[in-house]
Amino acid sequence: MLRLIGARLLTTIPSIIGVIIVTFLLTRVLPGDTAAYFAGPTASPKAIAEIRSKLGLDQPLPQQFASYVAALVKGDLGQSLTTGQPVTRDIAARLPASAELTLCGLLLAMSVALPLGVLAAVRQGSWIDHLCRIIATAGVSLPVFFTGLLLVFVFYFILGWSPAPLGRLDVFLSEPPRVTGFLLIDTLLAGDFPAFRAAIAQLILPAVTLGIFSLAPITRMTRASMLAVLGADFVRTARASGLSSGKVIGVYAFRNAMLPVVTTLGMVFSFLLGANVLVEKVFAWPGIGSYAVEALIASDYAPIQGFVLTMAVMYVMLNLLIDLLYGFIDPRVRLEG
Amino acid sequence: MIPSPLLAIRNLTVEFATRRGTVTAVKAIDIDVGKGETVAIVGESGSGKSVTSYALMRILDRAGRIASGSMIFSGLELARMPETEMRNLRGRELSMIFQNPRAALNPIRKIGHQIEDVLRQHALVGATQAQQKAIEALANVRIARPEERYHAYPFELSGGMCQRVVIALALACRPQLLIADEPTTGLDVTTQKAVMDLVSELTRERAMSSILITHDLGLAAAYADRVVVMEKGDVVETADANTIFRTPLHAYTRKLMRATPRPGCQLRDLLPEETISPVPSPVANQPSKQQHAPILRVENLIKEYPKAKSAGGLLSLLGGKSEEPFRAVNAISFCVGRGESVGLVGESGCGKSTTSLMVTRLIDATSGRIEFDGTDLTQIPARQFAASPFRARIQMVFQDPTDSLNPRFTAARAIADPLLRFPRLKPGESIRQRCEKLAGQVGLPLDLLDRFPHQLSGGQKARVGIARAIALEPDLIILDEPTAALDVSVQAIVLNLLQDLKQKLGMSYLFVSHDLHVVGLMCDRLIVMRGGEIVEQGNSADILANPRHEYTQALIAAIPAPPASR
Repeated sequence: MLRLIGARLLTTIPSIIGVIIVTFLLTRVLPGDTAAYFAGPTASPKAIAEIRSKLGLDQPLPQQFASYVAALVKGDLGQSLTTGQPVTRDIAARLPASAELTLCGLLLAMSVALPLGVLAAVRQGSWIDHLCRIIATAGVSLPVFFTGLLLVFVFYFILGWSPAPLGRLDVFLSEPPRVTGFLLIDTLLAGDFPAFRAAIAQLILPAVTLGIFSLAPITRMTRASMLAVLGADFVRTARASGLSSGKVIGVYAFRNAMLPVVTTLGMVFSFLLGANVLVEKVFAWPGIGSYAVEALIASDYAPIQGFVLTMAVMYVMLNLLIDLLYGFIDPRVRLEG
Repeated sequence: MIPSPLLAIRNLTVEFATRRGTVTAVKAIDIDVGKGETVAIVGESGSGKSVTSYALMRILDRAGRIASGSMIFSGLELARMPETEMRNLRGRELSMIFQNPRAALNPIRKIGHQIEDVLRQHALVGATQAQQKAIEALANVRIARPEERYHAYPFELSGGMCQRVVIALALACRPQLLIADEPTTGLDVTTQKAVMDLVSELTRERAMSSILITHDLGLAAAYADRVVVMEKGDVVETADANTIFRTPLHAYTRKLMRATPRPGCQLRDLLPEETISPVPSPVANQPSKQQHAPILRVENLIKEYPKAKSAGGLLSLLGGKSEEPFRAVNAISFCVGRGESVGLVGESGCGKSTTSLMVTRLIDATSGRIEFDGTDLTQIPARQFAASPFRARIQMVFQDPTDSLNPRFTAARAIADPLLRFPRLKPGESIRQRCEKLAGQVGLPLDLLDRFPHQLSGGQKARVGIARAIALEPDLIILDEPTAALDVSVQAIVLNLLQDLKQKLGMSYLFVSHDLHVVGLMCDRLIVMRGGEIVEQGNSADILANPRHEYTQALIAAIPAPPASR
């Protein structure tokens, strides 16, 4: 098992190196001059040149790259010019916020999409199948910022059920001591139940927004995969041996149908993690997506490079996790190790 | 005829709702199965034999429904029984085993647990005894080391072993009736014999009744008490197994019997009486007497597959534990004469397909020579062989006529494919004209040329594949189980077509097959392979009459006794 993980990690090294090179080059060819941006509109050319040399931007590209890699090896992603903080600290602070939101959104989506997809496949052509199709189509058709705003409008403005969409925790509550960075877990660890409830209240609308969006791929994939498996010979055997339909669908069909669904889940998760900028904006969520976009607008190299690199590493880890999950679900995959 | 049958099917009609309206798959049939009796239902594809059994188990798919009729099983009316009651009968009173046993088992569940599922469903065991009962069930189907196998997954077992597990599953609750739907199609003959012997022994031992659904008359004759012949949803004849093969009454039964290859018959004998070609060729098997100048000479041919992790799981399993590469073909030598048909037979995994792929130059040999008309073809890498002029001279007909045709090509386009690569047209002849001529040669009606594969029948697709192979007038055609996917009556026609074409065009055949009867009819000489090696080769008639190697003897003995010819 460990050897399998090791081997898998080794194969990802080239792609990580590729990501490092490409992000470095991309950030340099982007239009916009960091030094000019930070010197301000009234700065003299001399002041701009000074800042440029301070940032090391006047050196040739290979040299800049060498110093970037040297710092990277030491775990230093550089300093953000906009926040004035080390990028590693910024990311460490913001990644859990994004991860918590995305994970909750995905769990919500799964809890609806998986049963719906299974039902749609089992009752193919029935009203539930059509309902599934409508929900899925509507979910992807609505842009997330629109769903988000709509939810805020209804549940905060009209009904007043949810708190103001301003960040992860009510401003009057103090954050629990940081252990995992996931507020839901940290508040529980601290035994601070009012804060836990407040965190949930803040989380629920953005999570639902994300969930609605990711409902479609999961439902459709579950349905298609279930349909294929339900037509398989071994399901016929299970039926012919008189197994109850719960057993046939739950144990025989569903577990076999899980493989493509797990792949889809991984893809949806990694996509949402970096791409839910709009949701983070609508709910003032201090996530990593909005952080990266702000840095990009400011031509702030270090956070962008740090963000892309973090995403690449997360993607690799996620894929590894999915592969391990595969092995857990399907004994045939285990053989390859 | 039988005082109180265990099962009485009366007037059963099954309909399927399709896009083009309702199709009646089974038309008001009557079938009786007595206690302890084995009834075979035989027929070709589309005869409704499988649908009958699905209707009996009430596991028809969504589109199918029992339109009318009754099915009385030990006093119970199955046709109108509520689903919940029916579920209690399935697996406990009526069980079924299926074609393609590996697919019939849940690929990601331990086989022991699958058997336990059935036992628990019918509340025959508590949780504590379940494992022991499941192991017992495995032992009952003669699986060695059942305690270990209990933890195996289907992919870790051979096809024959998987079928034993399916049988264990079906018999775990000691049902009264076992339905076997093509239980041995796709299994090797020796495995088929072992599986069928096991089924008949177990059913006899438990005084069970069984229904054997098969397209193989030999199998029906060998294992059934009574035979029901079905054609296009109708039962055309029902009779005792002994009488039906000696004195078949219905024309369709006679046609089926004629088309079944059997010892002592000629290729022409397979065709229906009324369609025997006006110029029968008495020389069918004659050329074997004369000496052939070899067109293909294979020497010390070896194919090794590395036992690396990248190789497929199955191959590495076969290779054993050592780091040595697995030898699929181990230093074989043979030759094919000009105008000769040579049969390559053996069971799955014997290396016959690997050999044919090497000779066709689709894969490279590890070492050895493939001398074709004086040139060593192993010098040309398989990758570049498509561009070599030798490609035009060595062609192949593949096993599955459906899978080997591009679904987006019309028949004409498929036949023209080699012509577009190696233009060999006579002056003033268009590709279309050539295609039409080829279609004429293989007996494909010209109006079918613009159809797509899914609009053609199996036999028509096989003709397209053959027309494509002869388009360039090759010297050697490698036929890889060309009729394995076809019904016997279609097989008879295709085999005869191949034989005629060979004589007309002066080609040589390397005929790869698992069916000794078919190979015996088609080929002058036989090569028997096992484990990558040639165990016996010689004149077909001699080998079939007096096999010397014990493996060949076992192969021949395992073929179910075909119905005695009239």
